[in-house]
Amino acid sequence: MGKIVLNAVRKSFGEVDVIPGVDLTIEDGEFVVFVGPSGCGKSTLLRLIAGLEDTTSGAIVIDGADATALPPAKRGLAMVFQSYALYPHMTVRKNIMFPLKMAGMEIGEATRRADAAAKVLNLTAYMERRPGQLSGGQRQRVAIGRAIVREPAAFLFDEPLSNLDAALRVNMRQEITELHQSLKTTMIYVTHDQVEAMTMADKIVVLNAGRIEQVGSPLALYNNPGNTFVAGFIGSPKMNLIEGPEAAALGATTIGVRPEHLSVVSEGGWEGVVGLSEHLGSDTFLKVTTDRVGTINVRAGGEVILRPGDRVHLAPQPGKIHRFGADGKAMT
Amino acid sequence: MARAVSTRRKVFYTAAAWSVALLIFFPVFWTILTSFKTEASAVASPPQLFSADWTLDNYAEVWGRSDYPRFFWNSVVISVGSTLLGLIIAIPAAWSMAFVPGNRTKDLLMWMLSTKMMPAAAVLIPMYLIFQRTGLFDTRTGLVLALMLMNLPVIVWMLYTYFKEIPSEILEAARMDGASLGKEIIYVLTPMAIPGIASTMLLNIILAWNEAFWTITLTTVNAAPLSAFIASFSAPQGLFYAKLSAASTMAIAPILILGWFSQKQLVRGLTFGAVK
Repeated sequence: MGKIVLNAVRKSFGEVDVIPGVDLTIEDGEFVVFVGPSGCGKSTLLRLIAGLEDTTSGAIVIDGADATALPPAKRGLAMVFQSYALYPHMTVRKNIMFPLKMAGMEIGEATRRADAAAKVLNLTAYMERRPGQLSGGQRQRVAIGRAIVREPAAFLFDEPLSNLDAALRVNMRQEITELHQSLKTTMIYVTHDQVEAMTMADKIVVLNAGRIEQVGSPLALYNNPGNTFVAGFIGSPKMNLIEGPEAAALGATTIGVRPEHLSVVSEGGWEGVVGLSEHLGSDTFLKVTTDRVGTINVRAGGEVILRPGDRVHLAPQPGKIHRFGADGKAMT
Repeated sequence: MARAVSTRRKVFYTAAAWSVALLIFFPVFWTILTSFKTEASAVASPPQLFSADWTLDNYAEVWGRSDYPRFFWNSVVISVGSTLLGLIIAIPAAWSMAFVPGNRTKDLLMWMLSTKMMPAAAVLIPMYLIFQRTGLFDTRTGLVLALMLMNLPVIVWMLYTYFKEIPSEILEAARMDGASLGKEIIYVLTPMAIPGIASTMLLNIILAWNEAFWTITLTTVNAAPLSAFIASFSAPQGLFYAKLSAASTMAIAPILILGWFSQKQLVRGLTFGAVK
């Protein structure tokens, strides 16, 4: 079990409301990703759930029981930190067994569980090493091993891949997803990397200035962003947000078109000059300055070869224009 | 060329360091030499660095005239006891200052340290009266308490500096792993801070061992440590330099040996945090 409910959870540091009030339900077994720009309060929210920070008001309910006042140890949650937070004076085995030791588990059972976790995470050969003798990826695996041996109600991940290089990050991302599929335990994952959010999540929670902007599946957020913030945040390269006559013509204050939903056409559409052209093989990223809608980003197919200074015509694909009102909210 | 200059500079700094070290060590060396001289050659004019008539008589007489093992044991109990008691109090204090600081933590630390700058004589009368009226005068318990209080700011400050170097995420991980505050300190913080705790302990044992003002003032016979042992050799009839030197040598020898063997630890501890 691992259902977590946040009821009007608020956190203030002195006069500053970091989390002005959050209501959220995380179902048992869900993989939920908190995503948002730096300083949006996503890590604070995770730490509130963990019990590492006290809530100013509101309630945190874990599996039907009010856990708001419980210390971290009593919440039945396990956490993986950005900096791994391994105990440097203990071997990998002792690191993994530490939570079991704290729970007073009999040594034989603790060893069995640690060995099983090590096997899942390919750490068997490193059990007698200390964290200082491991690579970044291995350290992060030990941190995950330490979390899984406890068989917690939910796993909390605080930007766990930020310290890894790009290639390793992709591997570990897949490993964590596979781990979730095999364990089927609730996971809450904090990241500022929206690729991680899109690829791993069952449900994404987009946060901005301590408030939830939108909650939904990755594709729901991509296809139907609730407001301009989510529209601009989800998707890479980010959505082009256009104001002015073109938006007014569609009865909106702002319209949004994703770079991949713009087609290079022979005539008509928005005419402009290519300012920047990046050929990635699979894709071509263009920055085009147009007369009617300003500078916009375009993601064209790899076969499109354009150079700075070339003139192009761009047309948004039918049905792929998002409309937003004066309050920034999506219009139906 | 650059290499030649840097070598010359290195030689200069090495020579300068050795000169300063020898200057500091010379009085100790002189005391040790004097302890093997006769009283006559100890006060010879001009002073003789090395005497022709070496003798162990001073040691024999000092040993015979006073109960050295008792003074030694008192010194051990007082210095080790005050340090251990100080650590028991200072570890939780430094933990809270380093990991759950309040708005006034820095001020509190500065205030604690500032008490070290107050002349001890300023509180001599109240301390003396308190010790007399509470029955702590001339007891080892009393001196353990006095020296612990005296060195507590240094212990807290040093431990605070070491603890600040430990990432708080590791302690949070311990909390998530089910460790209570006590277990967090015992299983995670203390083992990680052992180098720092060890050097704090060594330095404070040395400070307490060398302390003379309170140990002489607050004792007469029963709890008197080696500092009082040395002082007892400055007789009203005059100073007997050779015997006084023998007594001093016997008093400083244990701590000199401890310091010699732990110098690596001490230097590491004292420069901890200065360079990362």
